[in-house]
Amino acid sequence: MKTENQKAWFFVLPVLLLVAFNALIPMMTVVNYSVQETFGDNVFFWQGLDWFEQILRSERFHASLGRQFMFTFLILIIEVPLGIAIALSMPRSGFWVPVCLVLMALPMLIPWNVVGAMWNIFALPDIGLLGYFLNHVLGIHYDMTQDPIAAWVTIITMDVWHWTSLVVLLSYAGLVSIPDAYYQAAKIDGASNWSVFRFIQLPKMKTVLTIAILLRFMDSFNIYTEPFVLTGGGPGNSTTLLSIDLVKIALGQFDLGPAAAMSLIYFAITLLVSWLFYTLMTKDDLN
Amino acid sequence: MTLELHNVTKRVGANLHIKETSLVLEPGHFNVLLGATGSGKTSLIKLMAGLDPLASGTIKMDGQDVTRLSTQKRNISLVHQFFINYPHMTVYENIASPLKVAGMAKSEIQGRVEEAADILQLRPMLHRRPHELSGGQQQRCALARAIAKESKAVFLDEPLANLDYKLREELRDQLPDLFAGRGAVVVYATSEPEEALLLGGKTALMQDGRVTQFGPTAEIYRNPENVDAASVFSDPPINTARIEKRGDAAHLGDVSWTLSGVAASLADGPYTIAIRPHHVLPLPSDTANVRMPGEVQVTELSGSESSAHFEMGQGSWVSLSPGVHPYQVGETHEFYMDPTACFVFAPDGFRVA
Repeated sequence: MKTENQKAWFFVLPVLLLVAFNALIPMMTVVNYSVQETFGDNVFFWQGLDWFEQILRSERFHASLGRQFMFTFLILIIEVPLGIAIALSMPRSGFWVPVCLVLMALPMLIPWNVVGAMWNIFALPDIGLLGYFLNHVLGIHYDMTQDPIAAWVTIITMDVWHWTSLVVLLSYAGLVSIPDAYYQAAKIDGASNWSVFRFIQLPKMKTVLTIAILLRFMDSFNIYTEPFVLTGGGPGNSTTLLSIDLVKIALGQFDLGPAAAMSLIYFAITLLVSWLFYTLMTKDDLN
Repeated sequence: MTLELHNVTKRVGANLHIKETSLVLEPGHFNVLLGATGSGKTSLIKLMAGLDPLASGTIKMDGQDVTRLSTQKRNISLVHQFFINYPHMTVYENIASPLKVAGMAKSEIQGRVEEAADILQLRPMLHRRPHELSGGQQQRCALARAIAKESKAVFLDEPLANLDYKLREELRDQLPDLFAGRGAVVVYATSEPEEALLLGGKTALMQDGRVTQFGPTAEIYRNPENVDAASVFSDPPINTARIEKRGDAAHLGDVSWTLSGVAASLADGPYTIAIRPHHVLPLPSDTANVRMPGEVQVTELSGSESSAHFEMGQGSWVSLSPGVHPYQVGETHEFYMDPTACFVFAPDGFRVA
C-alpha cells in the first residue's frame, strides 16, 4: 500500500540551508542595505530607490563601468585568439603533451594576490626585472605608478599571462576530441589549413570556447585582487575598475547604501551580459 | 586512368605494416581489397590516398608519379566505415564542399550536387544536417560527396560495415552502378568474402600487410594460388588438413581415397589440402564419396543452410549443406567429402593441384 507523506522534503533541507546561508541571506542583506540609510547602531531609514538613481546618474560609476568594460574587452580580444593559437600549435600526442599541459596550468595555480605582488615587483622601474629592462636596456620610459598607459599595459599583460592558459586548455580539449577521419576528409577535399580551422576545428571547439569566454568574461568583469595589489587603482583613477571602486565606496567611505545598490547593479550587468552571450552562442544548436 | 603501386612499403617504428606490394588498378570495375581486420587494407588505402608516407616504392596515377604529391592535389575521394560528414553543414553544403574548395562556379556546383543527390536519393534531405539523417542516409551523403567530386580515384573503406543488414544489401546492389562509366578507379576494402563475390570485378587478397593474390574475383575464388588465399576467401573458414600421398592414394589418418588428375601425378610425400565447407556434405553423392566419420561439436542453422563443426582424427572440420539437417551435438555422424574439389598445396604453401 502506498503511504503518502512529505518526508522526501527532508532530503532537500541541507541544501536549502546551505544555499540560504551562502547565497540568499547575504544577497538579501545587500538588498536590505540598498533601499535604506543607516548611521550605525542598527538604526535604518527607508530610502526607496534613491541609491540606485544616484549610482546610475553618477559620473564616477559611469567611468569605472567604462574602464571595466574596456578591461574585459581587451583581455578577451587578446586571450581568446591567443589561447586558440597556442592550443592549435600544441602537440596532439607524445612526450611533450603532459609537459605542455603542466606548463600551461602553472600560472593558474598561483594565488591572485601573489600574481599581483609578483607583477608589481616585476614592473618596478628601477629594481624590477621588466621595469629595469624596459627603462635601462631598451631605453623606453616605463613607470606604471606615473603613467596610466603603462599601468593599463601592465594589468592587461598580467591578466593575459595569468588566464590565457584557461582558454588554451579548454580549446585543446576541444581539439583533441576531433577524430582523425575529419582531418583526412578535409585533406581529401583539398581543404587549406584555414578551411580546416574554419570548418572543422572551430565548429568542434564552439562549445568549449563558449564556456571559456563565459568564464573569462565573468572572472575579468569581477576582477579585484590582482589590479588592486598591482596598481591600487592608480595612477589617479586610471585603473580603478568597478570592483575596486565598489570597495572604496563600501569600506573606504562606508557608504553602505550606495555600495549595496551598486553591487546589485553590478551583479545585474554581469548576469545580463552572460545570459545574452550564452543565448546567442547556443541559439543555433537549439533549432 | 590507372593507379599503379610499385614495391610500396609502409613502416611504423620498426614494423613493416605494408610489405612490398605492387598492384595495377584499373577503372571500369571494382578493385576489392579483401582481408581480415588488421591485414593492412586501410593502411594500403591511406598510402594510395597520400595520407601516410611511403617507406619505399612509387605510386603512379595515369602514368604520373604522385608519390610525393600531397593528398590535397591528388583529386581522390575516400568514404570511411564511419559516416564522416561535416556536422555543422547541411547535406547540400557537405556534397558541395570539395567543389567549393576547388573554386568551381556556383551554378556548376548546384548541377553536380543535385545530380549526385538524385542518384543517391538525397533530394528531400539536401537542407538537413547530417545528425538529422539515418545511418544509411549519412553514408549516402558521404558517397554523394565522392560522386559529385568526379575524382580520379575513389576509396571505399568498408563503407557498409556500420549499416544494418537490409541497408547494407540495398546499398551494395547500387554501388557498382553508381561508379559505372565514371572512369574512376574504385578501390573497395572489405573483410567479407561474400561481399567481394557480389561486387565482382577484381580482388586483391590481403594478409599480414601483403597482397597474396590479385586477379578477377571469380578466378581467385576458383583457383587460389596458396593456402592463405584459399583460407581468406572462404566463409565459413575453409577446411585444411595434412595428407600423405603414397602411390595414387591420399591418406588422412584412417581415411584414404584415390587421387585423380594432376594430383595423381605428384611426387609421393606430405601435402596440405584445403576444401570448402560446402564440399563436405552430410549425405553421399556421386562426387562427394569419401566417407569421413566425425563427432559433431557445434551446429548452426542459417535459414536455408545447415553447418556442422565436427572432430575427425586430430582436425576440426566444417560442413555446410543446403536444407535443414537434424544434427545432434555429441553424436558421431558420417560426412562425405568431394575429393575433386580439394585444393592441394605443397609444404611451402603453394598450390600444386
